[in-house]
Amino acid sequence: MEYFAPASTKEAVKLLGTAKGKVHVMAGGTDLLVRMKGGYTEPDAIVDIKRIAALRKIVRAGKGWRIGAAVSAAEMGEDKALKKAWPGVVEAANLIGSTQVQGRATIAGNLCNASPAADSVPAMAAVGAKAVIAGAKGTRKVAVEKLVKGPGKTTLKKSEFVESIELPEKKKRMGDAYLRFIPRTEMDIAVVGVGICLTLDAKGKCMAARVALGAVGPTVIISAKAAKALVGTTVDDAALDALARACAAEAKPIDDKRGTKEFRKHIAGVLARRAAIIARDRAKENS
Amino acid sequence: MNVQPDNKAMKRDFDIVGKRTPRPDGIDKVTGRARFGADMSMPGMLWGLVLRSPHAHAKIKRIDTSKAEKLNGVHAIVTSKDFGPCDDSLLDIRENVMAREKALYDGHAVAAVAAVSRSVARQALKLIKVDYQVLPHVTDVDEAMKPDAPVINDKLFTKGLDKTPKKPSNIAERFEFGHGEVEKGFKEADLVIERTFRTEATHQGYIEPHACVASMGADGRGEMWVCTQGHFMVRNTCAGLLGIDVSNLRVTASEIGGGFGGKTTVFIEPVALALSLKANRPVKMVMSREEVLRASGPTSSSSIDVKIGMKKDGTITAGDATLRYQGGAFPGSAVPYGAMACFAPYDLKNVRAIGWDVIANRPKQAAYRAPGAPMGAYAIESVIDELCRELKLDPIDVRLKNASSDGSKASYGPNFGVIGLKATLEAAKNHPHWKAKLGKNQGRGVACGFWFNFGGETSVSLNVNVDGTVGLSVGTPDIGGSRASIGNMAAEELGIPHDKVRCIIADTASLGYNDVTDGSRVTFASGMAAIQAARDAIGKLCERAAKIWGIPVDAVVWEKGHARPASPNAGKHEPLSLADIAAQAGATGGPIAGHCEINAEGAGVSFATHMVDSEVDPETGHVKILRYTVFQDAGKAVHPSYVEGQFQGGAVQGIGWALNEEYIYSKDGRLQNPGFLDYRIPVCSDLPMIDTVIVEVPNPGHPYGVRGVGETSIVPPLAAISNSVSDAAKVRMTRLPMSPPNVLKALGRI
Ligand SMILES: Cc1cc2nc3c(=O)[nH]c(=O)nc-3n(C[C@H](O)[C@H](O)[C@H](O)COP(=O)(O)OP(=O)(O)OC[C@H]3O[C@@H](n4cnc5c(N)ncnc54)[C@H](O)[C@@H]3O)c2cc1C
Repeated sequence: MEYFAPASTKEAVKLLGTAKGKVHVMAGGTDLLVRMKGGYTEPDAIVDIKRIAALRKIVRAGKGWRIGAAVSAAEMGEDKALKKAWPGVVEAANLIGSTQVQGRATIAGNLCNASPAADSVPAMAAVGAKAVIAGAKGTRKVAVEKLVKGPGKTTLKKSEFVESIELPEKKKRMGDAYLRFIPRTEMDIAVVGVGICLTLDAKGKCMAARVALGAVGPTVIISAKAAKALVGTTVDDAALDALARACAAEAKPIDDKRGTKEFRKHIAGVLARRAAIIARDRAKENS
Repeated sequence: MNVQPDNKAMKRDFDIVGKRTPRPDGIDKVTGRARFGADMSMPGMLWGLVLRSPHAHAKIKRIDTSKAEKLNGVHAIVTSKDFGPCDDSLLDIRENVMAREKALYDGHAVAAVAAVSRSVARQALKLIKVDYQVLPHVTDVDEAMKPDAPVINDKLFTKGLDKTPKKPSNIAERFEFGHGEVEKGFKEADLVIERTFRTEATHQGYIEPHACVASMGADGRGEMWVCTQGHFMVRNTCAGLLGIDVSNLRVTASEIGGGFGGKTTVFIEPVALALSLKANRPVKMVMSREEVLRASGPTSSSSIDVKIGMKKDGTITAGDATLRYQGGAFPGSAVPYGAMACFAPYDLKNVRAIGWDVIANRPKQAAYRAPGAPMGAYAIESVIDELCRELKLDPIDVRLKNASSDGSKASYGPNFGVIGLKATLEAAKNHPHWKAKLGKNQGRGVACGFWFNFGGETSVSLNVNVDGTVGLSVGTPDIGGSRASIGNMAAEELGIPHDKVRCIIADTASLGYNDVTDGSRVTFASGMAAIQAARDAIGKLCERAAKIWGIPVDAVVWEKGHARPASPNAGKHEPLSLADIAAQAGATGGPIAGHCEINAEGAGVSFATHMVDSEVDPETGHVKILRYTVFQDAGKAVHPSYVEGQFQGGAVQGIGWALNEEYIYSKDGRLQNPGFLDYRIPVCSDLPMIDTVIVEVPNPGHPYGVRGVGETSIVPPLAAISNSVSDAAKVRMTRLPMSPPNVLKALGRI
């Protein structure tokens, strides 16, 4: 196995294009190294992107944000402005594993690992985050929910990798939230995750909403029905009940060791309700 | 907080015993200097790996190792053919460490490889072809007992019945304990409640996986370095399995990262030795976590019926229980202990407990802290709680009313000696926890628990060094701080500072046989042996002083670390310290040492009462433990910090067992969660600080009053937590784990 630590995106793209056999980009390595140790994957080459200085920064991109693919979850948590703008996304990143894991784990890695239960993905999808992809033919952007094809599978082509994650501008009266359910309190994997972002009008009526469900389908589910339950309401009890029902209906979980179908559907509703309340209150604070 | 009931017989003042001296292994452990099982390497060492069955139950038609043997770097491959005849008592172990005609569970070893590296060994495993014929399997205890269940062992005919059946089945044995007439007792009751409970199999969850290095020389002499609770057991078992003289195998126990009973038997050790024998090179084996969960020794899953009758005043008129435990693919689940222990806290006129030992296609269970007792206690203490609730009685008062006390007849036969159950209940009743206010969706539960404790074969050697320090060699691996406690007892007896005694775990060539570290026996039995070895040494020290002074030995006494003339008649001599005498040992007759070899008797039983507050999220079924207090009789807490650690550890493992831990098998009989992500032991943030109250009712069977404390602490938690959650959720919980989906189901929300 070969290990590369390029100093620029260009070099990384080149290495990814030329390396033989199974090549893996490595960011924090908190998924990759664990899988290698367990004998689940045996890469022929690893391209470590942590030495690329530009990817270790959080910068403003217009009125939005660009989070380099090598920025750790802990670094996101320390960026006060980012945290103020998109607390749901930052909180999702800061749910990953434990303090130690967050010191290395990245949200780009969380996305590219393509686990149905990835915590930051529904949070990112809810706020409309985009992945900036570098490749031999230059860069392109895709919505994060479009990057993942299925468990463990992405739409990235040979020589491509995610350079950064872009979060949009946080407008007035917008609020986001992410909640997940785990049987323990940390070091666990989401049984269900719900990311919600909503925008209120001056009177407190919901103008727009995005609801993303994690761990209840092969990829993140963006539920238009759930969003519809909120739009046009003041996000009152009746709207929240409708939201919970919609999320329970839209969730397509499987029965497995982490929970039964009925359980996960029920929890999707409960969490959506709780997340919507947080997002609503944040939007109000931001008016 | 220490509660010391007045027990004059045993009252004495101690200088060191009862003090919180620094942990002797602390610096080694926090600096990484401590050597655990996987830390040993030897020149020329090979790596061993095991090929395991992916099937729950399958006939092994053929194993073809020819391709793997040809792989560069492979030095040896073993299968069941390499384990020849052995004593009948070892047959099940032999079959468990290497499958013979059949693979009996998912993860059962079928072959093993020794190669120059782990990656070569891994490749070699892929080249071994095993021809399986998959057979119907059964993993559930109740299913396994059904007449039409797949029969796992056609030579197994239920023992313990009036007539041995003609047909084989998965029921290995029936046990019965009790006295009186339960039916008569139920007639006297004002309320009788009958319930069925279920618990899932759990794993001890020790952090250190099994690991060993075995080195068998061309001269037939071998050495092993093993992470184990009993290196003498490893020696005898491995020697027996491979036909080696016991004296030709020397086993050293490594530092141990947890055992809790799971390391009281062998898994990879005989395999490593067989590989070494064949390869003529040292072989190291380290289990992965997945292997630990699939193929070491978890505890039984169980299904239990309980019927208890109570009068309006709280008197229990009768108790009847039927316990069914599956202990994996071999007989020997802990059901007899469960049946013996479940009613032990109560002094009952009419009591019966029936136990059924059942086999299933799962790994052979091993001991787990008070093996078998937590599940039995869970069922009985739950029904008592429900009776108290229905009859509007205080659960502590009812337990006090019925509690076993000194001399009462135990439900399993004998009469109790001096016991401390009532003292723990009184301590619980008087604790501020009992009166603290609860909020919405919160509940409180209490439960009692009992464990027998054990003594056993023990051998200790105590060497007085030239500088007045003392080397103390014991043969019981230290899994809970016993080196500190045993060393402190020896120092107490000798009258020297605790840090002048260094206690080590000696290898099997250095001491007489020692039983494994189990049964909460070590501080009791090795401690007792250390005290006696110290007394033996004191006798010799006095002899030397007598020689120096030229007076008869019976004119010398030992006081506070010094030999002194017994009376003015003996002459005027300056007292001689241990160091003074040690310095002259060469001139007065040579080395001074004390020894003790015993089969320790008089292990006092131990009782505990646990109290726990919990909060249930009625929308998600999530349970949070808010407050937890352990009240347990320690006899005498030699080192209170370690005693508290045992109380807390038992409670925490109980919390895991009660809330989230479980072996999950799919329909095809494969374990679905062989890793710490989906086998959920509690993490720190799941837990409140576990408060402890050490109750001390000295055990007359030990010179300092010690009772074992390691196991009782896991007996009450399942019940205490279930009672607490039932209180919070306002519905009786009858199934473990109380994981969110199970709680929501019980609440009728899904
Ligand atoms: C103890 C523990 C607890 C965990 N808990 C959680 C949790 O609570 N929630 C959760 O969601 N996850 C959890 N994880 C999983 C993991 O930590 C996260 O998925 C993390 O975000 C992965 O980021 P990383 O930078 O470490 O990825 P890496 O391990 O470096 O990479 C993951 C995968 O993505 C690919 N990759 C990484 N970066 C890029 C890129 N820029 N472009 C293209 N491909 C890329 C890699 O090739 C690899 O296949 C946990 C892991 C551990 C070990």
